[in-house]
Amino acid sequence: MSLLTVSGSPHVYTDQSVSKIMYGVLLSLIPAALVSFYFFGVAAILVTLTAVVSCMFFEFIMQKYLIKGPVTIFDGSAIITGVLLAFIVPANLPLWMVVIGSLVAIGMGKMTFGGLGKNIFNPALVGRVFLMISFPVEMNIYPKPTAFSTQLTDIVSGPTPLAVVKEGVAQGEKVPDMLPQVPEYVNMLMGNLGGSIGEVSAIAIILGGIYMLMRKIITWEIPTAFIGSVFIFAGILWMIDPLTYVDPFFHLVTGGLMIGAIYMATDMVTSPMSRWGMIVYGVGCGFLTIVIRIFGAYPEGVAFAILIMNAFVPLINRGFTPKRFGEEVKNG
Amino acid sequence: MKTFKLGGVHPPENKISKQAAIQELPVPETVSIPISQHLGVPANPVVKKGDTVKTGQLIAKGEAFISANIHASVSGTVQKVDNVPDTSGYRRKAIIIKTEGDQWEEGIDQSKDLIKECGLSAEEIVKKINEKGIVGMGGATFPSHVKLMVPQGGKAEYLIINGVECEPYLTSDHRLMLEKAEEILTGIRIQMKALHVEKAIIGIENNKPDAIAHIRKLLPDYPGVSVQPLEVKYPQGAEKQLIKALINREVPSGKLPIEVGCVVHNVGTAYAVYEAVQKNKPLIERVVTITGKSLKQPSNFLTRIGTPVSTLIEAAGGMPEDTGKVVNGGPMMGKALSNLESPVTKGTSGVLLFSKQESHRKVVHNCIRCSRCTGICPMGLEPYLLALLADHHRYEDCEDNHIMDCMECGSCLYICPSGRPLLDHIRNGKAETGKMIRSRSQ
Repeated sequence: MSLLTVSGSPHVYTDQSVSKIMYGVLLSLIPAALVSFYFFGVAAILVTLTAVVSCMFFEFIMQKYLIKGPVTIFDGSAIITGVLLAFIVPANLPLWMVVIGSLVAIGMGKMTFGGLGKNIFNPALVGRVFLMISFPVEMNIYPKPTAFSTQLTDIVSGPTPLAVVKEGVAQGEKVPDMLPQVPEYVNMLMGNLGGSIGEVSAIAIILGGIYMLMRKIITWEIPTAFIGSVFIFAGILWMIDPLTYVDPFFHLVTGGLMIGAIYMATDMVTSPMSRWGMIVYGVGCGFLTIVIRIFGAYPEGVAFAILIMNAFVPLINRGFTPKRFGEEVKNG
Repeated sequence: MKTFKLGGVHPPENKISKQAAIQELPVPETVSIPISQHLGVPANPVVKKGDTVKTGQLIAKGEAFISANIHASVSGTVQKVDNVPDTSGYRRKAIIIKTEGDQWEEGIDQSKDLIKECGLSAEEIVKKINEKGIVGMGGATFPSHVKLMVPQGGKAEYLIINGVECEPYLTSDHRLMLEKAEEILTGIRIQMKALHVEKAIIGIENNKPDAIAHIRKLLPDYPGVSVQPLEVKYPQGAEKQLIKALINREVPSGKLPIEVGCVVHNVGTAYAVYEAVQKNKPLIERVVTITGKSLKQPSNFLTRIGTPVSTLIEAAGGMPEDTGKVVNGGPMMGKALSNLESPVTKGTSGVLLFSKQESHRKVVHNCIRCSRCTGICPMGLEPYLLALLADHHRYEDCEDNHIMDCMECGSCLYICPSGRPLLDHIRNGKAETGKMIRSRSQ
């Protein structure tokens, strides 16, 4: 008779795996991808492909020749970093900048810490912030959405709604006078507004989020706390002075809030482990987003807010441990 | 539908053998009966090589407070009292008996007649249960008479009967509830009398609707006993989780169920109590599920204690070609066997055969901090952290993070998408942390 395997219990294992989770995330990004390709056309496809291929390429080089460990470029995580990085840059960004962003995302954001699972900061956001600081001009020209655009040059561009409002307030204009300059909310909800490739359609991103929730890839805490606190903090300011502060709905449908709250802040590697930790982290992200959007130098604050909160995750994990069974007993 | 709130997982149920009625397994040629089949101090052998014994005769006496008597499960000659490999692979003392006929000890009622009336007093009941070597049949094998003696200052309000059988694959309790319901209910009434409690609740997961309906139908004859269907969730059969699910009370960390007025017994134990008290029959046989996806005849056998596992496998159609692992118990908490001659003991609820393919663990990847282990831990612990601390020998930190609350249910290792050996590290950590705590109090 052949030998028997002897191992500790349990003897059954879930069929979930790291790559199943990663490919689940990619699947959920399809609606957002379709909307962006519709509005930003071939340019968006090119940027996305470039980012994905460069992220996989750089991860391969680093794993094979620098770390000399196993190569895991098909586990899906490098592909996600590529797609997410592409989705938060303008569609007309020169492709060589996309390559540099990918190098920074994978290199500085992920591999320096030891690869998947070890990084402190969300790699795609590290890449984006690096590009934003290095190439402020190119990173601030957003093409205007055009259906089925095949144009690659001479694209009509303009500021994002967030930039319009920020600029206007700085000039002393009143919010109600500025709103006609931005698309209607329903249009913005669908994604018909200036912005990064994949962040524009709140609806498409929410659809992806619902899919991830159903597959239990993410949980409700972080997106709810993040979006909810943006709404509440923006709402408080708006109620104080509706002429200086734009209404909270505007904050929900513009910029990178949805993609940030649903895809970036929920990155499992860089977010807290316990339910209350996640809520605190989500509220922190929301609070910082509003502070930066309204009082900071940049029109958009989602990326910085998440990166700052990423740094607090180890502290949050120690401060907010899960409620234990039999810890505080209330027996009636 | 009631269930416990914190954590829990839903492994595939795979109750392949639930339709197989309980069959009596023929008496094996030899039995090997370990003197330690229960939690606590091993029993002292009272027979020696060459003695002839009858079925049901006392062969080892539990003399300590937490210990249990052990009886011969067959009649014949004691071949030797020696160290033989037990379920966990260690050599431990056992009494080996060569079977000759099946001659039962005087006074044991072997008939199948149901006896409902019990004239004994509470003390007499506990004494009888002690005498007959009854232990918890759910797998923990804690001596039952100890649980029925409520310590000073404690008061039992509820008798909780565990008919959950939350381990996938296992069906021995399910079959027992279908085929021996009246005996179980009588056993429950006897235990209620011993504990002086008015209320008993049988918790059964709703994947066993036939058992729930069958027992409910009989309830009018058994005052004070009720059935509570529960949502299917592992590990609902753990006593703290079961109490939480049934009456919403939380047993404090490090304390016993009596702290919240509960005593928990398995349905199998209730049946054994019935047989001991009403039929004078010691615990010498039990229902064992033998199952596996490639097994020819997944079955539920009434098996004599000490029967080699290999005999069970033969009786179920023989060992399938592709067998890669044999587990004593359920897939979540059972022990993998290294030796198929190891015996069925009082705590063996099932024997489970896995194919070679099912026997392998997943490839281990980096922890991606997905927090699933933390979310599903029924004790509210942080398995990823405890495993890391244990791996780094930081036992003080393990203690601070409540490693000793872990009941080793295996949910964390089950759920981990990176296939990390969380529970292996935590088990080591618990052993070392326990040593550290004990050395401190000396």
